[in-house]
Amino acid sequence: MTRLMKHRLFWPVSCLLALIILNTVVRPQFIKITVLDGKLYGAPIDILRQSAPLMLVSLGMTLVIATRGIDLSVGAVMAISGAVTLTIIDGSSSPGSVGTVLMAMAAGVALAFAFGVWNGFLVAVLKIQPIIATLVLMMAGRGVALLITGGFITTVVSRPLKYVASGYLMFIPFAFVIAVVAIAVVAVVERRTALGVLTEAVGINPEASRLAGVRSRGIVFGAYIASGTLAGIAGIIYSSNIMAADANAAGELIELYAILAVVLGGTSLLGGKFSIAGTVIGVLIIQTLDSTVLFLGVPSADKPVVFALVVIVVVLVQSPRVHRTARAVLRRSRTGGPPARTEPQKVSV
Amino acid sequence: MSVPTKAAPVVDMRGITIRFPGVLALDNVDFLLRAGEVHALMGENGAGKSTLIKALTGVYPIDSGSITVAGTDRVFSTTGDAQNAGISTVYQEVNLCPNLSVGENVMLGHEPRSSRGISWKSVHHEAARHLASLGLHLDTHSVLSSHSIAVQQLVAISRAMVLDARVLILDEPTSSLDRDEVDRLFAVVRDLRDNGVAILFVSHFLEQVYEIADRITVLRNGQLVGEYPLHELPRGQLVTKMIGREIAELEAISATAERPINRTGAPVLRATGLARRGVLGEVNLDVFEGEVVGIAGLLGSGRTELVRLLYGADRADEGQVEINGHVVKVSSPRNAVERRIAFSSEDRRSEGIIADLTVAENIVLGMQARRGWLRRIRSTEQDAVVSEFMSSLGVRPADPGMLARNLSGGNQQKVVLARWLATAPQLLILDEPTRGIDVGAKADIQRKVAELASQGLAVIFISSELEEVLRLAQRIVVMRDRRQIGLLDSHVTSLEGLVDFMANDTQGSVA
Repeated sequence: MTRLMKHRLFWPVSCLLALIILNTVVRPQFIKITVLDGKLYGAPIDILRQSAPLMLVSLGMTLVIATRGIDLSVGAVMAISGAVTLTIIDGSSSPGSVGTVLMAMAAGVALAFAFGVWNGFLVAVLKIQPIIATLVLMMAGRGVALLITGGFITTVVSRPLKYVASGYLMFIPFAFVIAVVAIAVVAVVERRTALGVLTEAVGINPEASRLAGVRSRGIVFGAYIASGTLAGIAGIIYSSNIMAADANAAGELIELYAILAVVLGGTSLLGGKFSIAGTVIGVLIIQTLDSTVLFLGVPSADKPVVFALVVIVVVLVQSPRVHRTARAVLRRSRTGGPPARTEPQKVSV
Repeated sequence: MSVPTKAAPVVDMRGITIRFPGVLALDNVDFLLRAGEVHALMGENGAGKSTLIKALTGVYPIDSGSITVAGTDRVFSTTGDAQNAGISTVYQEVNLCPNLSVGENVMLGHEPRSSRGISWKSVHHEAARHLASLGLHLDTHSVLSSHSIAVQQLVAISRAMVLDARVLILDEPTSSLDRDEVDRLFAVVRDLRDNGVAILFVSHFLEQVYEIADRITVLRNGQLVGEYPLHELPRGQLVTKMIGREIAELEAISATAERPINRTGAPVLRATGLARRGVLGEVNLDVFEGEVVGIAGLLGSGRTELVRLLYGADRADEGQVEINGHVVKVSSPRNAVERRIAFSSEDRRSEGIIADLTVAENIVLGMQARRGWLRRIRSTEQDAVVSEFMSSLGVRPADPGMLARNLSGGNQQKVVLARWLATAPQLLILDEPTRGIDVGAKADIQRKVAELASQGLAVIFISSELEEVLRLAQRIVVMRDRRQIGLLDSHVTSLEGLVDFMANDTQGSVA
């Protein structure tokens, strides 16, 4: 049991399970999944489907944070890629054809890739602090998106585009399939090659890594490109969901939720060690929480307050300091004596 | 010299025992510190020096034993308790706020207040007074980080004086200071001693211990070996007591350096007229297969700047570098690694070890970087390489899964060395590989360097400890004021001759 508790995903997973149990107790039909003409339905399936954009953005954010950086521009990049994709579809003569939609989406993702390169250039080559470098695009990006859509909310009617967010592939929501593929690709690229450990090395100590011969510039560059590209895909899923390109609402505040997901998953904002599985759990916690608040019938104006309270609890539950104090209190109440001294964290002998 | 025996003990630690999971860090150790003495605490890394200091400063609680400060029994549960008892510590890494002003740092937490809050005028006035009492006349409004480490350390000492310290602990205070700075620090330390402050001094530099200390306590493996007045314990005996074995091993290393070097072919590395404006004047140097070329010079003499140019960590703007007879441009560390040049920086903590990766990951990092991220080293290969180098260098504890940050300095240095040896370099550049590590690890590293060189590796070896340079190197490049002042043959150079040459402006290629 103690070994299980020491696992670094123990607390994130526990929080997620606790949320699911809470929902099930309040509304037993929460956990019910039904099959209806080749599609799965139910609250958990909705959560998985809706989590796709945040999942993609958070994956990219994990890599960027691992290099000691941060990418604030992901929401703006989502708006841009959505705007490009829908503007192309809207302007084409056959908005319903698969070819048009694929081409439009490729253009959206390519532009997102280019903005990833831009961020990477500012951070890795010009050595601008990541928070400032990506703030530039965070602020300017929505303007670019508005420019592309001509200041309107572009709406389209296109079956292939609608499929991206609302369609099903073999019983499973297609948006979730995209997220799973992205998780798998990132996990394989990072962990089956040496990219993951080199990224961690750069995040922990950039200068020592450079002197060890690691191409740290390329690794940092790559993280921002990955983040931009994944945000671009997320932007398309978002637009597909509402079938509109809304330059102001697309990916609003998603950068903060993504950072939260990464931190809930146990990756430190100081960079270095990162956990992809942790980020996935973090995203699911946030998305489940979002649904929980809805289920509990909290008025939408009060939603952020409930959200904040739960996040505080989740963060406290994961804190090693709280664990130590809790253990000491438990021991005292059990033995009636003074608390045993806490062991020093680091042993230098 | 003061007369410490008659002074009353300020700190009396008796029967101190501290147990960590699986280790007895301190085993029934007694330690006595008297007013008006400089007391050196000696021992290898892991002997229990830092644990004893941490017990005295309230970082670790003690499992048994007693601590008496100025006649009162004390139980320290926090560092604040120890400070209130008049015990202050100045660490190797200055523990101040680099972005605050000197005055703010000195008075931090003790700012004089008036009815309108902190009076900044008196903060700086008071700070200046404290600094002046140590003979330091600084602009208290200047930012701390704009001063040298030495001055920062003196500021840290003034801060301790603000806290009205009866006991001052200096933990490796001189490891990043040059000779003049050390003199300045020692002048302050003597002053404080004469004013009745009890000073606990920890250093790996034996000469400095013999220069400043009145009394020595030796620890080994968590146990007390003994307490000795300085003049009753000559250097050789001290080292023997610290490591518990004779230093004949070091003599054996010296013998291998006597071998002849074949300098007929192309050198592994030849630098001609290498220079960088404002950083380093022209340097000419070559290293042949199997040769150790030492670089002697004080801190700031340009020795580190020189090897950084050779490695591509910084770029030279003049001169030419040949590797195996071919003219090349080493434009980045990455480039150097590809040419099988390895460089271990003098700053192990910020430029060597990756603290939060495991020992195994640290060791294979260089190999992995060289292969590129696509070709990951398989775990069987990794295990083989890691266990080979961990055992041949004697990394302790022998746990490849341990985080590198939890190793002692000497073992971290061995891990960095292992990282480079695993890349099978043809030229190994070691900048201060033995700084701040214990005698046993020093001997291990020197032995390994000598062994590799005799197998054909070319080595450039920098050390502040000239005995080491003389022991290992066949030829010695001497640097001063960021330029090369000579090239000596180590067979015909004595320690005194080398020191003399470094200090005086005699020109020439062989002394």
